[in-house]
Amino acid sequence: MMKTTKFLMSAVIAATLFFGGCKPKDADIQTAVQAKEAAGITVSVTEGVVTLSGEAADETAKAEAEKIAKEAKGVKSVVNNVTVAAAAEPVTISDDAPLQKGVTDAIKDFPTVKAEVKDGTVTLTGEIKKASLITLMQHLNALKPKKIDNKLTVK
Amino acid sequence: MALQDKYKALTDAATAAGISDLAVREQDGVLYVDGTAADGATKDHLWEVYNQIDPNFASGDLVLNVNVSVDAAVTHAKVITQSSNLNIRKGPGTDQPIVGKAAHGEIITLVNRSNDQWWLVRTNDGEEGYCYAQYLEPQA
Repeated sequence: MMKTTKFLMSAVIAATLFFGGCKPKDADIQTAVQAKEAAGITVSVTEGVVTLSGEAADETAKAEAEKIAKEAKGVKSVVNNVTVAAAAEPVTISDDAPLQKGVTDAIKDFPTVKAEVKDGTVTLTGEIKKASLITLMQHLNALKPKKIDNKLTVK
Repeated sequence: MALQDKYKALTDAATAAGISDLAVREQDGVLYVDGTAADGATKDHLWEVYNQIDPNFASGDLVLNVNVSVDAAVTHAKVITQSSNLNIRKGPGTDQPIVGKAAHGEIITLVNRSNDQWWLVRTNDGEEGYCYAQYLEPQA
């Protein structure tokens, strides 16, 4: 009876030592995972459960962050609290009709300037005095064109 | 990224000048810099920097849309044509008939600024119509 108890106890101690020794500690997991994650991702670990927080550039980067954590040794599960950065809004480009109207108004005071509007691109030809060029360009840039192709001869 | 490097001095100047709602975006080979300047001098400064980087704006790789903020409380504007009178038109567009003129340097009343390009104004003589906003400088 005593022998059995002793044997069991030592078996438990041995098992604890054995498994405890080979299971990475939370702090070690944290260090290892954090080192592999991209900048902006914060890693915390509690009893083998990794929690990711911070901001990723996009969904792919967020998924990648989770994959990195799951592959690390000793990780039981991953809680992915990473947020995805709001994508920059695409640039607003005027439609040709309002752009054409705006360009007509803008160049009215510059009779030596000709302008053509196509697919959002304003192509300028003719000539202009250097002093007037900034004014003209300021007017045109405010119309939300896709591009201004300035082929003016500056005098 | 190359365009952002090319125009770094400009975007740095915009940041330093405290341009609000500053957005710098690159799309299809063109860099778009949008924002609102506190005053006309700040806007002009950015245009000088732009002109230094790309003399005579010949590259066609930047759209600089920085407008001067106008306080909602502003009720008057100065006519800042180069020297001539400013046409006042029946509607918003140069295709609209001219209903009056405001003199260079004259200060006129702002009635409505809902259209970005054409502001509804009233002269001291009581003429009302639309003027090209680029030739009007809001008075604080």
